[in-house]
Amino acid sequence: MSEALLRLAGVHTHIGQYHILQGVDLTVPKGGLTVLLGRNGAGKTTTLRTIMGLWHASRGSVSFDGQDITRRATPDISCAGIAYVPENMGIFSDLTVRENLVLAARRGEPERARLDWIFGFFPALKKFWNQAAGTLSGGQKQMLAIARAIVEPRKLLLVDEPTKGLAPAIVQSLINAFRELKSTETTILLVEQNFNFVRSLGDSVAVMDDGRIVYSGPMAELAEDRHLQQRLLGLSLDAHQQRLP
Amino acid sequence: MLTRLLSGDFPRSRFLALALLIVFLGLAVAPFALSGARPLNVAATICVFIVLVASYDLLLGYTGIVSFAHTMFYGIGAYGVGLSLYSLGPSWGAILLGLTIALVVSLALALVIGLFSLRVRAIFYAMITLAVASAFAILASQLSDFTGGEDGRTFRLPEMLTPGYTLFEGEIFGTSINGRLLTYYLVFVSAVALFLFLLRVVNSPFGRVLQAIRENDFRAEALGYRTVVYRTIANCLAALLATCAGALMALWLRYTGPQTTLSFTIMMDILLMVVIGGMGTLYGAVVGAALFILAQNYLQELTGQASHALAGVPLLANLFHPDRWLLWLGVLFVLSVYFFPTGIVGKLRKPNP
Repeated sequence: MSEALLRLAGVHTHIGQYHILQGVDLTVPKGGLTVLLGRNGAGKTTTLRTIMGLWHASRGSVSFDGQDITRRATPDISCAGIAYVPENMGIFSDLTVRENLVLAARRGEPERARLDWIFGFFPALKKFWNQAAGTLSGGQKQMLAIARAIVEPRKLLLVDEPTKGLAPAIVQSLINAFRELKSTETTILLVEQNFNFVRSLGDSVAVMDDGRIVYSGPMAELAEDRHLQQRLLGLSLDAHQQRLP
Repeated sequence: MLTRLLSGDFPRSRFLALALLIVFLGLAVAPFALSGARPLNVAATICVFIVLVASYDLLLGYTGIVSFAHTMFYGIGAYGVGLSLYSLGPSWGAILLGLTIALVVSLALALVIGLFSLRVRAIFYAMITLAVASAFAILASQLSDFTGGEDGRTFRLPEMLTPGYTLFEGEIFGTSINGRLLTYYLVFVSAVALFLFLLRVVNSPFGRVLQAIRENDFRAEALGYRTVVYRTIANCLAALLATCAGALMALWLRYTGPQTTLSFTIMMDILLMVVIGGMGTLYGAVVGAALFILAQNYLQELTGQASHALAGVPLLANLFHPDRWLLWLGVLFVLSVYFFPTGIVGKLRKPNP
């Protein structure tokens, strides 16, 4: 098992009167792709937002790269090397594709070589370079959201349901992008419901239910064990895939 | 050259470019093309309000901050220069000192208001600014020994800016180059310079961060930007520019008082100009200020002429009576919001489907 880059220990998060995370223990190994699975409302998005400091943990600790980031402000967490792609993509629709990427790069124009690398798997971004991001299609917006997270090298990417509502062709280009990212040793924590998408990508997996991690282990183990899938996800992988578009 | 001057932010519409050119040329040649004090007064007011409205647009349109304290900063600029000239006598040193003190006071107030209140929700921030601005207006009225109270202060300008001063004998295009004309060009050139500075600000990386904060402040934070810091800087910049606008207005009027600089009516006018011109487009400030101030000054005459022309028609003649010009100003505002929901500039810039 490789060294942990991110570790959540007994994390509780309250949003108003609701107790969403109820003691999350999660370890994300360095250099791999960890998948966070679970039904709607299990607390996956809250986990990502708690890591980013958008909601603060009421109890427990979040450590990243050996440092405690539990109480840090979101900009500090971002500057420490964590990029976040939210479920709604959060692109700035009034700004152009270029301006979105320049903002994410933070230090001015992104490096040409880095941009060419991104254009390699997201060619649409090059085509619509000076177009307002709000005019892009859903898939292109998702590409931009991911490109924005990787326009500068980051230690950890948090990605929330990137394939939600996307056409199969776009999903394939996202698979290629994540494969490419994995080859650069970038650590990724991916929240996803499309099992087919994550099976081929994930190295390790954690399953959430009712604000807790109920299973964690290698992805291969879960992908091959139908009984485990039935128990954790309520249906086997084969049946699940038949239901997916 | 033009790209640098406009910071690469071109009008992106032929009609808008034409409208901006008309406003610019109209203001540039106003002293030579128009006779009488009133048209020149209107032109100078438009110049000052372009800066005032554009600086408010930096807050509202670019950063998404609703503030009611903008007239307070405008008033600080006017009172700073006015009281300095009143106390120290007519000199350039007094203008500079008054402006410097006003800028420092505005900066300190904007910083304090920003740091203490920009963390709260937009509506609370708006309420806090309203309370602070109201308190300041009351203070300006009550400190009558110092500020002149409700009557305000009239003061004299350095000789070069007085109507009696002539730069040289003779006339250009039938107009004498006197101190009044020099004051007008001081206001005009300062307004153009301040507007171009604002264009540079909103088209800089800093301006892009402000736009990102307006669209999605959580996302901007997640990208590593401290939104409170950026909002506070925007608040300070807008306050400083409003202060400069106030100082220019004081120089032009040779008077400063609560009704001309601190009144809540001015705040409402600024809001209307931003909305009519188009939020988040600095050029909207030019169009909005020009249209609104022209309407404010000439609509009464126009309705009077219409009423006169319709003298035989009983209901219409009454409806267009000059006393009802405010009603027609309201109608024009409603129509402009109905037909240009994104403002005139927003509509003109919208790409054709």
